[in-house]
Formats: sequence, structure tokens, C-alpha cells
Amino acid sequence: MRSAIRFALGIIAAAALVGPVSAAETPNPPADAAAFKKFFTDKFPKVKLEDFVNGPYSMDEGLYRQWREKEQFPPYEFAVETGKEMFTKPFKNGKSYADCFPNQGIGVRQDYPYFDTKTGKVVTLELALNQCREANGEPPFSYVKDEMAALTAYMAFTSRGKPFDIKIPDDPRALEAYENGKRYFYTRRGQLNFSCATCHVQSPGERIRAEVLAPALGILNAMPIYRSEWSGMGTTSRRFTTCNSQIRAVPLNPQDDEYRDLEYYLSYVSNGLPISGPGARP
Amino acid sequence: MSNFARPFFAAVSITAAVAAATPVYAASEADFSAAYAAAEAANKQAGALRNQWTTTGIALAAAKKAAAEGNFDAAVAASKEAEALAKASIYQANEQKDAWREMEIK
Repeated sequence: MRSAIRFALGIIAAAALVGPVSAAETPNPPADAAAFKKFFTDKFPKVKLEDFVNGPYSMDEGLYRQWREKEQFPPYEFAVETGKEMFTKPFKNGKSYADCFPNQGIGVRQDYPYFDTKTGKVVTLELALNQCREANGEPPFSYVKDEMAALTAYMAFTSRGKPFDIKIPDDPRALEAYENGKRYFYTRRGQLNFSCATCHVQSPGERIRAEVLAPALGILNAMPIYRSEWSGMGTTSRRFTTCNSQIRAVPLNPQDDEYRDLEYYLSYVSNGLPISGPGARP
Repeated sequence: MSNFARPFFAAVSITAAVAAATPVYAASEADFSAAYAAAEAANKQAGALRNQWTTTGIALAAAKKAAAEGNFDAAVAASKEAEALAKASIYQANEQKDAWREMEIK
């Protein structure tokens, strides 16, 4: 009798230890993406799935009207033109950006970031552009604005409407990068004790000072963006680093592994939503 | 004034006079160096956890500035503030190693 009780208790203890923990910790990106979309569409039933890429404009009717008017003469237009000139101008060695990308770099934004199985790392579009420059003997650009913003603006513009198509190859390192990105997204940091999710999951549509917070779903589809607050263009790197500063966390270096993994996660869970970049934000 | 109150006020007056005559303790450069080193070490540990706070850096800079001006009391106070902030950021990083899942969309 005593041994039977001991056996039963052992089973219960083992189930308690193994059951919920393994279920919670087994990475399942497709289930994550489905849950992510469901969360936002349940929270904002009037917003069409593809409209989430319009960030705060999808959350507020007044802002949406302003944005439609702004799109007549969009503030990112100059960046697209500059980016096109830069993109088509050959490097000193005669090659160009087109030689570094599939389809000569036209209409490919939706495939970035991707997981490079050779290096075991996530490669973002910004990183791929600088890798291209360095491979052709050119110095890398700053990751946060100006030239990098112009180049990515042009590449996003040629990809508008194409759905995000981020892939996680059958490689444990890719899954690890995805999980690292997810952990970064939900981890509280900085003196304000905020995570990315505090603003962009718990509070989209709410105001933080004068700004309406954007939903995390589709948030990278509009990158790069012209921000009135910045009085200029900014890349995904700029968005991540300034978010960190705003919550009083010391930002990491642009394109550090954490940011690349974060971009991988956030892009993956927005798979299927159209590229809308470059965007304009208040 | 009652018989009880008179000696009480006398005692208070004597204590106040003694306190006023005693020089206020001023921190030394060595106090600052020790406090600053402790704060820097804690902030370095936060850096290893990839979780430094901007306010820690601001307090460290204020401590250095006060020390350069010879105000070691302020320099020690700012160093201690920096150390407290750095320790809070370390606590946050360790606590979030598992707690991040509480916010996850499932």
C-alpha cells in the first residue's frame, strides 16, 4: 500500500515537473504567430488584419484621416528618391547593390531578415546592405538613419504589398534565434521596467504623452519610417535603440545579436501581412 | 514652565549646542573612490547581463563631476545612488530570466 502511494505521488510529481514546463518551453513559431494575430484581431475587431501595418493610424480614426492626407505628399518621398539613386549607382569596383541580392534587390524586402545557416546568425536587410558594401570595398553606413534609411526605404518601396515571408529553416540555431528574439520582446528592462510588449501588446491605441502607441503586429512592415519626432527618417535599428533609451535602458549596438533576433521574431509573427514601408509616423 | 519641562528644554538646548559645535562630517576623496569603485563594479555586472540603465550612467557622471569640484559629499551620495540603480538593474535582469513568460501571448 505504502509503495503504491509513493508510486502515485512520484507520477504526480513527475507530471507536474515535466508536463506544463515542457509544453510552455517547446518552441512553436506557427502557433505563436497564430496566437499573436488572434490577440490583436480580438482586441481590435474593427481593424482589418492587413491594416495593422499602418500602426497608430489603424487605431485612431482622426489620425487615419490625417495620414491619408499626408500620403498625398509623403515625407519619406525624398528618401525613396535618394535611395534609388544610391542603389543604382555602381561602387568603385563597378559592381552594385543589385549584385548582392536576389532579383537584383527589387521586391525582396519581405524576405528579410533571414537565417543564414552558414554563419548561424540572423541577417537583416540593413546588415545585408552593409555586408554588400564591405564585400565591394566600400565603408559601411551608420545603421540608424540617412543613407541606410534611404536605401531601405527604396527597397521597401519596391516591395510594397508583398506579404512578409520570413522562414525558420530546420536548424536548431534558427529556432534558438527566434526564441531569443521572443524573449527579448517580452523582457522588462530599463529603469521604467518596460518591455517592448508593455507598449505594443498591452497598450496599443493608448496614448503615451502625445503619441498613440502602435500594435506590435505589423510594426516592422512599415520600416523604415519618417518620424516627425525625429524630423527625419529612421531605420529599424533606430527604432529599437530609441525605444530602449526611452525606457531608460542603455541601448545595445545596432545589429547586435539581440536586435537581429528581435527583428526575426517580430517579422515572423507578422508573416502574411503586406510590406507598407517606407512609412510616416507622428 | 513645569518642573518637568525645565530640565527637558535644558537638555534639548545642550544637545543642540553640542550638535552645532561638532563639525559636519565631510567625505574624503578616499570615500569617494571606494563608493565609485563599488558603483562601477555593479554597473559592469549589469553590462555583462546586457541590462544597464541610463540613469546609472547619469549618476556615475554626476559623481565624477562633484569629485572633480572637490565636493566629496555629493560625489559619494551620487556614487551610492549609482550603485543602488545598478543593483536594481541586476535584480531586474535576473528576475526577468523566467518572469518574461508572464507577458507572452499564448
